[in-house]
Amino acid sequence: MSLTRQDVEKIAHLARLSITEQEMPVYVTSLSSIVEFVDALSRVHTGDVLPMAHPLDGQQQRLRADVVTESDHHEKFQANAPAVQAGLYVVPRVIE
Amino acid sequence: MLHNLSIGELSRSLNSGQISSVELTRHFLARIERLNPALNALITLTATQALESAARADARRAAAGERGPLLGIPLIHKDIFCTDGVRTSCGSRMLDNFIAPYDATVVARLKAAGAVMLGKANMDEFAMGSSNETSYYGPVKNPWDTTKVPGGSSGGSAAATAARLAPFATGTDTGGSIRQPAALTGVTGVKPTYGRVSRFGMIAFASSLDQAGVFAHSAEDAAIVLQAMAGFDARDSTSIDIPVPDYPETLNAPLKGLKIGLLREFFDGLEARNAALIHDALKLYTSLGAQTVEVSLPHLPLSVPTYYVVAPAECSSNLSRFDGVRFGYRCEAPKDLLDLYKRSRGEGFGAEVKRRIMTGTYVLSAGYFDAYYLQAQKVRRLITDDFRAAFGQVDLLIGPTTPTPAFAIGAKIDDPVTMYLNDIYTIGANLAGLPGLSLPCGLIDGLPMGLQLIGPHFSEAKLLNAAHLYQQSTDWHKQAPRGFE
Repeated sequence: MSLTRQDVEKIAHLARLSITEQEMPVYVTSLSSIVEFVDALSRVHTGDVLPMAHPLDGQQQRLRADVVTESDHHEKFQANAPAVQAGLYVVPRVIE
Repeated sequence: MLHNLSIGELSRSLNSGQISSVELTRHFLARIERLNPALNALITLTATQALESAARADARRAAAGERGPLLGIPLIHKDIFCTDGVRTSCGSRMLDNFIAPYDATVVARLKAAGAVMLGKANMDEFAMGSSNETSYYGPVKNPWDTTKVPGGSSGGSAAATAARLAPFATGTDTGGSIRQPAALTGVTGVKPTYGRVSRFGMIAFASSLDQAGVFAHSAEDAAIVLQAMAGFDARDSTSIDIPVPDYPETLNAPLKGLKIGLLREFFDGLEARNAALIHDALKLYTSLGAQTVEVSLPHLPLSVPTYYVVAPAECSSNLSRFDGVRFGYRCEAPKDLLDLYKRSRGEGFGAEVKRRIMTGTYVLSAGYFDAYYLQAQKVRRLITDDFRAAFGQVDLLIGPTTPTPAFAIGAKIDDPVTMYLNDIYTIGANLAGLPGLSLPCGLIDGLPMGLQLIGPHFSEAKLLNAAHLYQQSTDWHKQAPRGFE
């Protein structure tokens, strides 16, 4: 199955990726070849096989006591942010 | 020379006072300075911190009489592990300016053991690649032939270990990213069982497949390192809380009666010279008392397409955190929030990472989820069941690590599907969460090849044991690339 330019534009939008004019034809071709490659899976009879999401079956998600275990490191963490003001992350205006 | 000594030998020299950790660290820093420019294996050098930690290790040894096997031994971390106060780029423009605010558990454990970090290793961007050509910092060169790739994604760690720039290095393996570069650079690489080593602070690619491991010059050295890395960590929700056996202790256990499975699917279409190396290894194992049994895993040929649905799906979700807001690259003058997201990600990620995110987004999208993602998860179970059935008959499986020796830089980078097929022998173990090990087993056209051992869950001790006894009778693991002896 091959993907069209419109398909790739839609996927890129869903993935929140800007794709340049120059990159676009490369992705149309390579994503098509990947989709074609993984299409081999459609020929496998899987009937009532249970989907496997985790490599070690029977693992239970652990619970922990609802107590504070981490201290406040916001200054250290926010040192990596592109724009911070008064301890808040700065982004373009969302609400007029 | 110091850089050809085993970890055990180095440790004894440190204990006897023959050398200090500061001297050892200076020796490796000097080698890095001289040899790394031709390889591009390290992208961050932490010389000042290294000399400080070496001095601390010397003090611990002298004052407190400590004798830990890694106390004062230098290492290199793959740049996927967060290192407090040190840039952690994951090979990406996205994190080019990211200073990790904490240590990954792997980093913290090795630090506590007294190991000395020399720097951070180059890698395929976000660990997505099999040749180390997708790094924002440029390709890593294979020390055996600098026109060839070292494999990936942990190519910097592998090349640095092969070039004797450190006694050992850390890596991660999602689809073969430790075993494949270990094979192509002639070193020993171990990918432990999923859940054996903590993933906390290891930048996520595909969370149901990612596992941290080690590159070393021998199985014996790898056993010492894995001992320090492995074990339960409450901060990783998939970490397994079962005791870690003493890996060095069982290295010399006799192999008499060991049942080795020869995977029929691994030999279909295998190049004759590659097959001959595996048969040589089998002969050796037979002489050590092991038995060979041919086994078949009928669904194994589907592991590459299964992986290239599951891994991109998980990656598209994991990498959604890079939004240009909290950390990492932000585009210039965004006109609104959507533009900020799209251009920060479009400009911050490289071509292969964007390709995988889009593949993942596609297979998870409405109308395609059942046909691709759910179907891949079902086939993943069929592959895992095949392994389980095989381990009912044999103790471990043996085969090649890669189809060919290292290929030329640039040879496959424009054709993703051809590149993906490099991992044809390694991906199965990741899908099933099994431990795997690659060790050098010969040369083809002057380039190293790897022998792969795969065992049932938590059989690392047996894999290391089998690899160690092979290395007691052979010297492939002692061969160094010319110019790096």
